[in-house]
Amino acid sequence: MSTQKDIEEPSYLDYKGKYRGIFSWILSTDHKRIALLYLFSILAFFATGATLGLLMKFELIAPGKTIMTAQTYNAFFTLHGIIMIFAVVIPGLPAVFGNFLLPIMIGAKDVAFPRLNLLSWYFYVMGVSLVLISQFTGQGPPDTGWTFYAPYSFRTTGNMLPAVFGAFVLGFSSILTGLNFLVTIHRMRAPGMKWLKMPLFPWTLYATGWIQLLATPIIGITLLMIIAEKTLHIGFFDPALGGDPILYQHLFWTYSHPAVYIMILPAMGAISEIISTFSHKTLFGYNFMVASSLAIAFVGYFVWGHHMFTSGMSSTALYAFSLLTFLVAIPSAIKVFNWIATMHKGSIDLQTPFYWAMGFIFVFMIGGFSGLILGSLATNIHLHNTHFVLAHFHFIVFGGTGFAFFGAMHYWYPKMTGKMYDSRWANIGLFLFLTGFIVLYGTMFYLGYKGMPRRYYDYDEIFHTGNIISTMGSWVLYSGLGIIIINLFASLKSGAKAPSNPWGGKTLEWSVPSPPPVENFKEIPVVTKGPYSYK
Amino acid sequence: MYSTTGIEASNYVSTFNTAFYFITGVSLLLLVGLTFTMLYFVFRYNKKKNLVATQIEGNTFLEILWTVIPIILSLVMFYFGWAGWKPTTRPPKDAMNITSVARMWSFLFVYENGKQSPELIVPVNTPIKINLVSMDVIHSLFIPDFRIKADIIPGREKFMWFLPQIEGKYKIFCAEYCGLQHSSMHSTVNVMSQEKFKAWYAESAKVAAVGENAGPGAAGEAIMRAQGCFACHTPDGTKLIGPSYLNLYGTQQVVLREGKEITVTVDPEYIKRSILEPNADITKGFPANLMQSYRSTLSDDDIAKIIEYLKSLNDK
Repeated sequence: MSTQKDIEEPSYLDYKGKYRGIFSWILSTDHKRIALLYLFSILAFFATGATLGLLMKFELIAPGKTIMTAQTYNAFFTLHGIIMIFAVVIPGLPAVFGNFLLPIMIGAKDVAFPRLNLLSWYFYVMGVSLVLISQFTGQGPPDTGWTFYAPYSFRTTGNMLPAVFGAFVLGFSSILTGLNFLVTIHRMRAPGMKWLKMPLFPWTLYATGWIQLLATPIIGITLLMIIAEKTLHIGFFDPALGGDPILYQHLFWTYSHPAVYIMILPAMGAISEIISTFSHKTLFGYNFMVASSLAIAFVGYFVWGHHMFTSGMSSTALYAFSLLTFLVAIPSAIKVFNWIATMHKGSIDLQTPFYWAMGFIFVFMIGGFSGLILGSLATNIHLHNTHFVLAHFHFIVFGGTGFAFFGAMHYWYPKMTGKMYDSRWANIGLFLFLTGFIVLYGTMFYLGYKGMPRRYYDYDEIFHTGNIISTMGSWVLYSGLGIIIINLFASLKSGAKAPSNPWGGKTLEWSVPSPPPVENFKEIPVVTKGPYSYK
Repeated sequence: MYSTTGIEASNYVSTFNTAFYFITGVSLLLLVGLTFTMLYFVFRYNKKKNLVATQIEGNTFLEILWTVIPIILSLVMFYFGWAGWKPTTRPPKDAMNITSVARMWSFLFVYENGKQSPELIVPVNTPIKINLVSMDVIHSLFIPDFRIKADIIPGREKFMWFLPQIEGKYKIFCAEYCGLQHSSMHSTVNVMSQEKFKAWYAESAKVAAVGENAGPGAAGEAIMRAQGCFACHTPDGTKLIGPSYLNLYGTQQVVLREGKEITVTVDPEYIKRSILEPNADITKGFPANLMQSYRSTLSDDDIAKIIEYLKSLNDK
C-alpha cells in the first residue's frame, strides 16, 4: 500500500489507490477492505445456506414427500452443512471482525502479512467455488453429509471429490488467517500494550489462531487421504480395501471438534467487548477471562471422542472423553459468570448490540447445558445422532456464533460504515429472530428426546406435531433475519453520520474516526492503561 | 403400534432417567437463576437509574467459587452418566444371541437356529445380545424406547445387549446416515411372552410370515421381504433406487456390461446372476455399486422361489 500522508487522511472507503472500481477492492491489501470482502462473501453464502435450511424445514412439515425428493433433501443437508460450517461460521468472526478490528484494537496499521491476508480470501473463494461446482457436475451432487463419513462416502455416486477438495482449500484460508493474526499479535502491538493490556477480542483471536494453525492441517491430510483412497484405491478408511472407518472418524473429529472453538472463541471475545462497553464498566475478572479463553483452546483438543460414543471405541476411551468433555464446560461457565458480574453495578445503556449479547448468553447457556446431557455417557447413547444433537449444536453455533456475529455487526457497524443503523427496526428484527430461533430449535430437543434421528427425510407419525411447530419457528426466524439484514443495508443510505465513539467505548478502535483512515492511526498510540479503563 | 407404556421398557430406562433428570434439573435451575440475575441487573443498573457505574476489577474468591462448584457438579453428572452406561458393556452370560444384519436399507435378524425375520422378535424378561453385522456402510441400531443405540460398522465385531421388560412393539430406527433411503430404514422390536416366543421360534419354516393359503410365489416374496429387497425394488411399478419387479420377468432390458450397452432377456439365468453378481449387468438408467452380492445368504432353492415370485408379478 502507498505510504503517502496528507494532513486530512481519506477514510479507507474513499481512498484512491493504484486501482479503480472493483479492482480497488479485490486487489486491496488493506485489512479493512479485505474484511468487507469477507463480509459480503460470507453474507452471500449464509443466505444460500439459510435458504437451503428453510427449504429443508418446509420439507419436514409433514412425513413423506412435501416439496422435494429424498435425493434432493440429502444433497441439501450436505450442502447446508458444508457451506455453513466451512464457509460461514469458521471464517465468520475472525475473517470479518478480526480482520477489520484486530490491527486497530492493538494499535497497528495493518496485519503482519497484508498480501497473505488477501491470498487467504482468494483461497476462501476458490474453496467455496469448488464446493458449488460439485453440485452441478459429475453424476449428481454429493449426499454424504458435511462429515463425509467412510465408507458411505466411497459408495455414493454423488460427486464428492470437488466438495472434499473445496473443504481442503478452505482449510488453507483458515490456516493462513490464523498464522497472520498470531504474528500480528506477537509483533505489532502498540508501544505499552503489554499482553495483559490487550482487549478480550484480540485475546480470543489469539487463542483461535493457534487452533487454526495446529488443528486445520489434520483435516487437510484427512481430506487428502479420502482423495487418495477414491482415486488410487489406497485402503485407509474403507473396510472393503482393508481400511478402518473408525480411523476416519477420529481424524475428522480431531479437527472438527476444535473447529467448534474456532467458531465460538471470537464470539465470546466480541460479547465481552459489547458487555463492557454498554455497561460502561471494566470487564469483571479480566485475567480469568483471558485464562479461560486459553483453557478452552487447550482442553478443546482433547474431547473429540465425544462424537463417537456409540461407534465402538474402547471403554477407557469412552469415559476418559466423557470426563474431559465435562471439564471443557468449566471455562465456558466461568465466562458466563464474569459477563453477568460485569453488568452488576454498571450503568447499562440498552442498545441493540447489548440485546444481542443478552440473547447470546441465554441461548449459549441452553446450548452448553444440553452439551452436558450429550457429554454424559448414559444419556448420549440414547440422544446421539438424533434431533437433540441438531438442537444442541444449532444453539451453540447459530445461537452462540450467530448471535455474536449479529451483535458485533451492530456494535461495529458505525465504525465500519461511518453510519448509524435504525435501532427500532434492528430491535424488531432481533425480537423475531430470537422468538423464531427458540421455537425452531427448542422443539428439536423434544423431537430428539422422543427418538427422531437426524438426517431424516421422512419420519414416523409420532414426530409430526413437533415438526410442524419447528417449521413454523423457521418462518418467524427468517422474517427476523430479513428485517435485520434489510435494515443494515438501508441504513447505509439513510443512517445518520456516525461519530468516532457512539457508544462511549474505551478500546482503541473508538479513538480513530468512523470510518477509519487507510492506515488507521495518524500516530501509533502509546498505551498506558488497561483495555477497559473507565476510571 | 407405538407403546405408551414404555417407561420401563428396558433395563436402561431407569438409569437413563437418573442421569437425564439430574443433569437437566441442575441445568434448568442454573439457567433460570442466571437468566433472572441478568435481567435483574439490566433492570436495576439501567443507566436511567444508575448514572455512574461502579468500577470493579474482579474478585478472586468469587472466581474460585464459581470454578470449584461447577467442577463438583459436573463430576457428579459424569458419575451418573458413567454408572448408567457401564452395564451396556457387560452382557449376561445366559443372554440369547441374535445377529442383526444391516444393509442399505433394511435390517434382518438371524437367530441361532437359522430362523430369519425382518422384525426383531424377542421373549420378555430374557437378556438379548445382538451381534451387529453390516454388509455395506455404517448403520446404527437405535431403539428409542429402550434408550439404547449402537453403530454397526462393516468389518468390525460389535454387539449391544438389553433386557426387554414389557411386552409390546417398539420402533427401531437406523441412526447413522446411510444414503438415499436412510429414513426408510426402520423395523420393530416385538417383545412377546415367553410361551408365544417359544411357539414362534419352534415353527419349522426358516422364514416367517407365509400364510396358509398363499398363492404361487408367496415363499419367494417372504424371502425377499426378509432380505430387504423391497427397500430398493418395488413390486408395484414405482421406481426407487433399482428397477421395479412389476411385469419384469421375460422382458428385454438394455443393460451396461463392462461399459457397453447390450440387450438381455430377464430369464432365470439372468435373475440368478443379478442376485449373485449384482454389478455384472446394470440396467440402463440405474446407479452401479449399490447392491451387494447375496451369494452367502441365499441358496439355489431360495433363488428358485424368488424366480417363481417374479413370474407371479406379470399381468397383475
